[in-house]
Amino acid sequence: MASFVRFTLDGKTCLAEEGAQLVAAAKESGVYIPTLCNYPGIPPKGACRICTVLVNGIPQTACTTKVVEGMAVQTRTPELEAFRKSVVEILFAEGNHLCPSCERSGNCELQALAYRYRVAASPFPYMFPKREVEAWHPKLVKDHNRCIQCKRCIRGIHNADGKAVFAFGKRGDKVVINIDPETSKDISDELAQRAMDICPVGAIIRKGKGFDVPIGRRKYDHAPIGSEVQP
Amino acid sequence: MTAAPRPKKILATVSLAGCFGCHMSFLDIDERLLDLIELVEFHKSPLDDIKTFAKDCDIGLIEGGCCNDENVHTLIGFRKHCKTLVAVGECALMGGLPALRNFIPLKECLDEAYLHGATVAGTNPDRIIPNDPDIPKILDRVYPCHEIVKIDYFLPGCPPSADLIWDALVALVTGKELDWKYRTFKFD
Repeated sequence: MASFVRFTLDGKTCLAEEGAQLVAAAKESGVYIPTLCNYPGIPPKGACRICTVLVNGIPQTACTTKVVEGMAVQTRTPELEAFRKSVVEILFAEGNHLCPSCERSGNCELQALAYRYRVAASPFPYMFPKREVEAWHPKLVKDHNRCIQCKRCIRGIHNADGKAVFAFGKRGDKVVINIDPETSKDISDELAQRAMDICPVGAIIRKGKGFDVPIGRRKYDHAPIGSEVQP
Repeated sequence: MTAAPRPKKILATVSLAGCFGCHMSFLDIDERLLDLIELVEFHKSPLDDIKTFAKDCDIGLIEGGCCNDENVHTLIGFRKHCKTLVAVGECALMGGLPALRNFIPLKECLDEAYLHGATVAGTNPDRIIPNDPDIPKILDRVYPCHEIVKIDYFLPGCPPSADLIWDALVALVTGKELDWKYRTFKFD
């Protein structure tokens, strides 16, 4: 039987299984820690930093932190909230996020976080990088304009042989996430849909589908992201 | 004794590199327009066709970003004549749809539009890219308004909903803080 440990979240004493992921344990205790590169069921990466919390006073990414006995976690200091807002602002300035023309608008986690943190315009200069749209794959479109390099697709999408469908190309600020033409050519419609769903933004789009949920019925039309965990 | 009527705030609006969709959304406040004209006096605006600033204004609403030198000139004029400047809509906030040309060098854009594009074949035998001095000069890229002048407030949306524009105007006229509603804070 799993052993339980006691820890505090914003001063409130909580219980969790020892070694549980902090993001998941906080959710169990009704505390929302925002995430972007984290996805349930795939290994955490700590790439986007938006889940940064103070663990015993030290900033740490909650997706890569395991709960241990006596740990004191702060999730909501003004500095943390300002930092999270900055992460969203930087991502909006770094890529080409034209929400009005994006299929994922209304279902996009980055956009939903911008709504949550009231990011209207980024205070950082918009970079308008020249990025490609790969539309030649049989089932998927990869729009590099919208990619935030969270690596969820690399970690979470494998074909029937267990091979990764997505992979890194290039390095540093030129880094891109590519669809592997070999491993992606025979993927099922279900896997293509899962690839689109696993992407937090609109960088992976299934071909032949789009705008199929009307405005007003999309995921983040009525309530902020995370409000199902913590109102 | 009744209180002296509050002097009307003076409102100016403009569409720079936009599609007038934000102005259309503004008109979508419908019968609240009747309340609005009790609260504000319209000055320079495409809605009343006043073309130059004859006096300073309290509130300036800016639709669209800056894609040419005339947009920049107009925006600087608005900053000079308006106490409070509000960027309205995706194009004013980050360039929006016109900013899709920002990834392409200006020369390539103009060549495609006037020399090589499929719809210009044979129609421009002298290979002229419009250069009349009366035509505003196009900028190297489209700029969000806040990268040209200081902007005081931002209303997101494509277009921002009429309710958001109304709430923002009421807040600006009454001097109360805007109570953002989640429903109206949208990018599309």
